[in-house]
Amino acid sequence: MGFYEAEKTHRVLSIVTAIAILVVFQLLMWPSSVSAEQEAELPDDQCVRCHQEMEILPEGFVPHDVHLQDGLSCAGCHGGDPTSDDEDAAMSPEAGFVGVPSKSETSAFCGKCHSDIEFMRGYLPRIPTDQIAQYATSGHGKGLAAGDVKVAGCVDCHTSHGILPASDSRSSVHALNVPHTCKRCHSDAEYMSGYGIRTDQFEKFAESVHGVALFENQDTGSPACNDCHGNHGASPPQVESIRQVCGHCHVNNMLYFNASTMAVAFKANGFHACEECHGNHGVKKTTDDMVGVGEESTCVGCHDGDAGYRAAEVIREHLRELVSAYEEAEVWRTEVHRKGMDDVEIGFLLQESHQNLIKARTLVHTFDPEKVGEMTTGGVAKARTALELAVEQVEEYDFRRRGFGLATIFITILIVALFLRIRQMEAK
Amino acid sequence: MDTKNPMVRRAYSWIDDRFHVTPLVEFMRHKYVPVHRHTVWYYMGGVSLFLFISQVVSGILLVLYYQADEDSAYESVRFLTTKVKFGWLIRGVHSWSANLMVFFVFVHMFSTFFTRAYRKPRELSWVTGFVLLALAMGFGFTGYLLPWNELAFFATKVGTDIAGAVPFIGEPMKIVLRGGEDVTGATLSRFYAIHIAILPAIFTVLLSLHLLFIQRQGMHEPQYLKRLPAEKKQMMAFFPNFLLRDVLLWLIVLNVVLALAVFFPWELGEKADPFAPAPAGIKPEWYFMFMFQSLKMLPAHVLFMEGEVLGILFFGLAGLAWMLVPFWDIKKKSGSKLDVMTGFGVIALLFIVVMTVLGYLL
Repeated sequence: MGFYEAEKTHRVLSIVTAIAILVVFQLLMWPSSVSAEQEAELPDDQCVRCHQEMEILPEGFVPHDVHLQDGLSCAGCHGGDPTSDDEDAAMSPEAGFVGVPSKSETSAFCGKCHSDIEFMRGYLPRIPTDQIAQYATSGHGKGLAAGDVKVAGCVDCHTSHGILPASDSRSSVHALNVPHTCKRCHSDAEYMSGYGIRTDQFEKFAESVHGVALFENQDTGSPACNDCHGNHGASPPQVESIRQVCGHCHVNNMLYFNASTMAVAFKANGFHACEECHGNHGVKKTTDDMVGVGEESTCVGCHDGDAGYRAAEVIREHLRELVSAYEEAEVWRTEVHRKGMDDVEIGFLLQESHQNLIKARTLVHTFDPEKVGEMTTGGVAKARTALELAVEQVEEYDFRRRGFGLATIFITILIVALFLRIRQMEAK
Repeated sequence: MDTKNPMVRRAYSWIDDRFHVTPLVEFMRHKYVPVHRHTVWYYMGGVSLFLFISQVVSGILLVLYYQADEDSAYESVRFLTTKVKFGWLIRGVHSWSANLMVFFVFVHMFSTFFTRAYRKPRELSWVTGFVLLALAMGFGFTGYLLPWNELAFFATKVGTDIAGAVPFIGEPMKIVLRGGEDVTGATLSRFYAIHIAILPAIFTVLLSLHLLFIQRQGMHEPQYLKRLPAEKKQMMAFFPNFLLRDVLLWLIVLNVVLALAVFFPWELGEKADPFAPAPAGIKPEWYFMFMFQSLKMLPAHVLFMEGEVLGILFFGLAGLAWMLVPFWDIKKKSGSKLDVMTGFGVIALLFIVVMTVLGYLL
């Protein structure tokens, strides 16, 4: 057998072995995942028994449903007598059977329990009970009250028979799944026609800095739709509230903006605060070029040759100076590290310098060149000290080599002298 | 006393009157080293001794700054290597000469083995030499933990776990070594005490005995040289000829150690975090690698025994047999081409080399 044939045989054997291992692994895993599904116990009552036998369980029925698991069976919501095996008697109005609520009845249907703090306290003492009240103020709630049954009701987001807590990653309202839940209607151009609302929010959001953090990095700290628009009281943020919405996370940016002269001008012109420069659903990762007078600047959209234009230019220059000093020092720090020299203190200084850069970028929202300049000057000083230390370390590195060279010359002279001495001694 | 310098003569007389050193000088004057094609191996012991002296000197300097405490060990080593003038050099010399010392002790041992220098009357030189190697490895094991960095911490955990697998005495031995159930600050102070007090004390006694035996018995001559008449043997005076050659080699080794310390500074790594998961690539020092790799390659169970226990027993017995080689030595039969002891030596050497290489490759 030639080398290549042997290699091929070896490869085929490896693949077969890998498949065999996978099959065995799957077989071993299969019973446990099936049994995990079966672990969710269903309430032992007549409703479940008959509906299971007749195979007419409701659409989207999930045994893990939070209500079922907390012992709230069919009759808990739909009424009726769960002890009777007589279909007519069990589902009679006399037994309290209310059947399937209509869309407009849904919020009141769920609200029977969810708006009753006395009742809810028995299950989740900290659960809010104002969802129905909030819903009534939302765009959805108002639409429904006006007779529009296309708007979202409780079950459209939460499902009806597969409800899971929002903390459960399988839930339709889990942070990672919320955008997909909203998308079902809001990205459907046909469904949304007539509302005058755009349908590209999801696409824009998915590419935004928030969307990337949420979907790609699975960072549930990043905002989903409900974090800006609200949950049950969902509505678009208004001019007045938009900076509060962003400021909920970006606190300092909001405080600086609110205290700035720009806030007054924005209000007077009816500008949408943060959204005006950063956009909304498609908000991108900010760059320093957003400030200044360059092509990517957002300032030049309003300012041209005025004091604001000049301020933007100065702020950009301050940031450029600090970034440049920081990056130069960072290159030297890498060199120091590569040479195996001490970069600990340099690293600390650069951390502080970078902290200054972050703060200066936040201070951009004061639109005050002096405040930004004060912060960048501090950062530049730290970066320069770091650079000096790095240069010292590189010089020390060279000094060690020169020192070693001298020591080697000295030792070599000794070796040669010894060698000659031995030869001289043995020649006698 | 040969010198014509009156000052030196007077000084010598002063000392000789009090300590009677003339017999010792005469002994040195008449000490000769045989010259033959294997003479080069005689220098290996001297190099090991020189590296041990470097260890002692650099170790004493390190002790001036080192703090054997869980919270400050790492910081003290970092301070020493970054802030103290030439601290980096001292640590580099200590680390590199430690490794070179173990290497030269191995070379010294195998050269002694292959030239049969362990045979009568040098059995005890061999036994003390072997124990000195074991102690040198003990120095390495205990010293490795002292900077309290991530790799050392987990390597010590693995190392003491292996010690804990020794049948019967393993568990108590592990607890004594660690100063408790786990590797903690107590282990650090314990290893420090072993490294700078207990091992040096034992090592000094055994090294003195080893040197005394060599001085008393002289250098071993190969078999073919013994058979030659005295006038055909080539000899070299130990003092000063051999000693000067020794010093010449020591200077070369010193230069190599300095070069290694300058061009390959010993890394400090990250500070040990007992709560962090073990990092990838935990490896013991290279001289433990052949044992570590063998234990790794053994199956979990061999017949009725755990693989690891079997491995430890094997190394224990093999080490004991190696130490007692002079007492079960199999002599080559005259006319026979088969030399059993050379075979054993080659197998042992190949095993160590192959397992060490595999340890770094796999």
